[in-house]
Amino acid sequence: MSRIGVFICHCGENISRTVDVERVAQQVGKMPGVAFSTDYKYMCSDPGQNLLKKAIQEQNLTHVVVAACSPRMHEKTFRKAVEAAGLNPFLCEMANIREHCSWVHENREEATVKATEIVGMMVERVKKNRVLPTITVPVTKRSLVIGGGIAGIQAALDIADCGHEVILVEREPSIGGHMAQLSETFPTLDCSQCIMTPKMVDVANHPNIKLYTYSEIELVEGYIGNFQVTIKKRARSVDEDKCTGCGVCMTKCPQKKIPNKFDQNIGMRTAIYIPFPQAVPNTPVIDRENCTMFKTGKCGVCQKVCGPGAVDFEQQDQLIIEAVGAIVVATGFDLYTIDEKPKGSLIKGYGEFGHGKIPDVIDGMTFERLASASGPTGGKILRPSDGKEPKQIVFIQCIGSRAREKGISYCSKVCCMYTAKHTMLYHHKVHDGQAYVFFMDARTPGKSYDEFWRRSIEEEEAVYIRGMVSRLYQKGDKIIVRGSDIAVGVQVEIEADMVVLATAIQPQKGADTLAQKLGISYDKYNFYSEAHAKLRPVECATAGIYLAGACQGPKDIPETVSQASAAAAKVMTLFSKDLLEREPIVARVKESGCVGCFACKKVCAYGAVEEKEIRDRQGNLIKTVAFVNPGVCAGCGTCQATCPSKSVELDGYTDEQIVAMIESL
Amino acid sequence: MHPEKQTHDFEPKIIAFVCTWCTYAGADLAGTSRMQYPANVRVLKFPCTGRIDPVFILKAFQQGADGVLVSGCHPGDCHYIAGNFHARRRFAAFRKLLEFVGVDLNRLQFSWVSAAEGGKWVEVVTDLTEKVRAMGPMTEFKELAMEEQWSGAINTPELKEAYSQI
Ligand SMILES: Cc1cc2nc3c(=O)[nH]c(=O)nc-3n(C[C@H](O)[C@H](O)[C@H](O)COP(=O)(O)OP(=O)(O)OC[C@H]3O[C@@H](n4cnc5c(N)ncnc54)[C@H](O)[C@@H]3O)c2cc1C
Ligand code: SF4
Ligand code: SF4
Repeated sequence: MSRIGVFICHCGENISRTVDVERVAQQVGKMPGVAFSTDYKYMCSDPGQNLLKKAIQEQNLTHVVVAACSPRMHEKTFRKAVEAAGLNPFLCEMANIREHCSWVHENREEATVKATEIVGMMVERVKKNRVLPTITVPVTKRSLVIGGGIAGIQAALDIADCGHEVILVEREPSIGGHMAQLSETFPTLDCSQCIMTPKMVDVANHPNIKLYTYSEIELVEGYIGNFQVTIKKRARSVDEDKCTGCGVCMTKCPQKKIPNKFDQNIGMRTAIYIPFPQAVPNTPVIDRENCTMFKTGKCGVCQKVCGPGAVDFEQQDQLIIEAVGAIVVATGFDLYTIDEKPKGSLIKGYGEFGHGKIPDVIDGMTFERLASASGPTGGKILRPSDGKEPKQIVFIQCIGSRAREKGISYCSKVCCMYTAKHTMLYHHKVHDGQAYVFFMDARTPGKSYDEFWRRSIEEEEAVYIRGMVSRLYQKGDKIIVRGSDIAVGVQVEIEADMVVLATAIQPQKGADTLAQKLGISYDKYNFYSEAHAKLRPVECATAGIYLAGACQGPKDIPETVSQASAAAAKVMTLFSKDLLEREPIVARVKESGCVGCFACKKVCAYGAVEEKEIRDRQGNLIKTVAFVNPGVCAGCGTCQATCPSKSVELDGYTDEQIVAMIESL
Repeated sequence: MHPEKQTHDFEPKIIAFVCTWCTYAGADLAGTSRMQYPANVRVLKFPCTGRIDPVFILKAFQQGADGVLVSGCHPGDCHYIAGNFHARRRFAAFRKLLEFVGVDLNRLQFSWVSAAEGGKWVEVVTDLTEKVRAMGPMTEFKELAMEEQWSGAINTPELKEAYSQI
């Protein structure tokens, strides 16, 4: 027989003003199973908690109901107090008679009756509560970082510096991401390569970082503290251990006219290549699609010239399994492709702006490559069509961004600033040139940002035109840009030599596929979702997975770096313990009833349901049943409501408990 | 001045099944904002609408509820990624069944109330209470029970014949 203790709180006057707490205590005291019932001014105060603890011990209570504020406020407090008095914390429930009763009703009689019923309901519930042991899981103190842009690099270095091993996986042949492509960076105009490459080298040399480039995530299994990750290491065709990075192969490769993606396809590379001179690792990769040897079976020049014999045409893709305890996702962004339909949109982008058709209409990243001292033009701003220096250049902002009808309603955040930067870089390099910018608003919040933007107008003589471009077409070797200046109310027409479009920041292609492998959520654009927009901005709702950089939403470098360090700090917090404690609200399968239909497995968004074979003593298979991994289960209970044979139960929310509540009403 | 408190002949019993992350939190917000609504509703908290078994709704009606409310996170906002989608699919099928059993579907309300929508919670609860009050007490299940007794009593050869043909 249960001996339930009920404690009704006045909450000062917050509850007792509308609810007759003494009457509630009296009424509930008469319920079967209730051994003790009292009311007190402030249950959550020290004396209140002591009253609770003392009553548990003196009255030999087996279960506790505290009727007070919302459990979202103080459930932890009271469960802790109950535990301190020697009871299992999950034998304590709260009845919410403040937020759900005294604060929302005025009539004292009605509120008192309702409060009595709420408390009665929780009394019936708690009778069915079971002792739940705290679940502990071991923590593997190694972490995986996916994406080797500045976000992934920063997170990896921070974690590795704390003495923990990091597995860094990058899809491209080199780490560096978009930042490696930039020329100079706002708001200080320091050279991107100069601040980026030392960090890349640190990654390569760090004893705690294991780098997999040209690799992708194939499969993620397990849960916080205990992930098993399968990495697909694509065949590089060059043995990383043998290669000395001398680069002879690249000078001899006969395929020399392959557009280099790193240079936004305006520069060329060979079939055996490193994407840029400062690449990390400095080991070439053979692009098999364009290699003569792979296409025709004849050539092999690189293999012949390679001193250490590193070129290996037979190399195969490799699957590698790594065990990690935490995952940082830092897969960054992609740029909006003008001729593609953005996700969720019915209409194509900005085909009318001639990107991809008019060679001198380029995007912002291409401009970065032109301006970069190590870029294909050696830092000269030259037109892709004829190599001439453009004397009139037009920048158009918000291409794709902030255009609901085109499918993207958000602001890409960095374009206002990088366009201002571009006008400066242009003016520094083409002294007699004139830059025009079509813009909707200039959004420049951030330390020293507005000052930077003003400088582009006041010192670098960029002409800003508020308004959008309506038409753009090629005429001779000029590009005619027509638009309206809505500030002055006139039509403008500019004969430009080159046009730069500030295209929207979008998540990486395939971001959704990766999210599904990881079991994390993403928004309608495929940006990854944080657990809470304000209070948990670097954690995913899926425990043990953290976010850094532009994969979560458009970000500039300072923000990306801050978030990466924050994600690393979260990983370190997780690694500071050997065992991880978690709430035991998890589903359990009653194997005797399970018919092995795996309806539960289909609905579980966390992949917590596994298949388990039951065998007799001789080892013959009797049946295959569902098994819920308590480390993975998030405790939503969807499986339970789905199970046709009623064989899954969510601890803490069993049918028995819920039916008892309904029947009390 | 408060408006004169109205008294009614019939006070319906409303049982609400809500998820802890969105609607329960929304109801808490209505409380902290001191919004007022009818005292007829009793709230049962679940981790997710995905946990709500349609049987609970039947059980509530059997137990004498005059109206039942099921409320969770907005589509796409589920704390557990997709629990509310499964719930939505399940309840769509369940409504048909309930209608077949003879329950007026106006007594069963589904809604999405987020943690930020204290006002919406008040609206949903008030509307349902008022609607059900106007409908009067829920008697369908009692009538059903009566009918069952009847069919047990009538045992004519014609009926037997008809039964065997089904
Ligand atoms: C034209 C332009 C100019 C800019 N100029 C500035 C500036 O001056 N100052 C400034 O502060 N910011 C600037 N930015 C913003 C800056 O580029 C970003 O803030 C920064 O690059 C974000 O870093 P990230 O690591 O999050 O993403 P990224 O740089 O995109 O890196 C992501 C990395 O993850 C890899 N990856 C992606 N998917 C996978 C996968 N599935 N598996 C493995 N690896 C994967 C990618 O290959 C890439 O290496 C500019 C942006 C643009 C477009
Ligand atoms: S593959 Fe051989 S030739 Fe090419 S860089 Fe490496 S060591 Fe030099
Ligand atoms: S309770 Fe939810 S998370 Fe846990 S096994 Fe069931 S469906 Fe999966």
